[in-house]
Amino acid sequence: MSANEWILILGMMAVTFGIRYVLFALADRIRMPQWMASSLQYIPPAVLTAIILPAVLLPKGEWELSFTNAYLIAALAATGIGVLTRNLLATIAVGLAVFFGWRALLGTLL
Amino acid sequence: MSTPKHEFISGARDTFPLLLGAFPFGLIYGALAVTSGLSPAAGMAMAAMVFAGSAQFIAVGLVAAHVPTAIIILTTFIVNLRHMLYSATLLPYLQRLPQRWRIPLAFWLTDETFAVTVRRFQREDGSPFKHWYQLGSSIAMYLNWQFWCGLGLVMGDRIPDASSWGLDVAMPVTFIGMVIPFVRNVPMAVCVLAAGASSLVTLGLPYKLGIIVSAFVGIFSGIITARIAEKTGRRAAA
Repeated sequence: MSANEWILILGMMAVTFGIRYVLFALADRIRMPQWMASSLQYIPPAVLTAIILPAVLLPKGEWELSFTNAYLIAALAATGIGVLTRNLLATIAVGLAVFFGWRALLGTLL
Repeated sequence: MSTPKHEFISGARDTFPLLLGAFPFGLIYGALAVTSGLSPAAGMAMAAMVFAGSAQFIAVGLVAAHVPTAIIILTTFIVNLRHMLYSATLLPYLQRLPQRWRIPLAFWLTDETFAVTVRRFQREDGSPFKHWYQLGSSIAMYLNWQFWCGLGLVMGDRIPDASSWGLDVAMPVTFIGMVIPFVRNVPMAVCVLAAGASSLVTLGLPYKLGIIVSAFVGIFSGIITARIAEKTGRRAAA
């Protein structure tokens, strides 16, 4: 590993661990107001959705609103199965299967 | 009766579906790391020491584009800021633990372990060993991630076009499965829709800042909707 790679990885480690740890470290000295505690529940779905949509609508960095976009088809299938079954394993498995199935299908048709 | 061992095993077991989601994601990371010009040792060290899937992904993309190291570290900071929000949520449950618990649980805090663990903490059954559940989930995620990243690095080294297989679809598909259980009421649905819409109009922002901006848009939309629902509910009752 080069010196520059060490700097990159140690830097990334420092900021990542710092973010994850700072509140735990100060835990005894922090008291959170009720309104803040109740608004925290919105964070994970908001952040994850903001990662999901660009990843499936612009999989290669360009808009792809088309049935040939296997990422979009897989995401729609995963959403459908997820809402119906509420089963995480089924959602992921169907999403992956539809993605590769759809790409194979397009490969033979187009 | 719950024991530390029982909690640990339940945590690892409940994380299993997410291990499946992480496997193609780890493979593609390894393959991308090799093609980005990072040495295999550095690719592995990043997985072992940083342990943050989407940040690792973005970082190797930036390495490939010859972005300066300081900018990559700054981007990592921004992409991972959401973890502070996770630790804030877990804080009330971990407050009484000694630092020798808090440090490893912080190091291993990921989207996946958070999503699984927060539901365990919120179940009110009085178990004093719920942190063992988080430890089980964390260690399962960590070992699984190291294994698939390592295999991806080997694969990327041997099979040059592995990064074009589309394995990156695993991330959105896994995240979709994680979001759905949260959407149980109108404010939460509004939050998700607003964050999603915002993520598409903020695409032009540099350094993935759109993620953080959209998070706040979603959170405020959810809070405001909940306030309105509360007021109309009270009026209807009166």
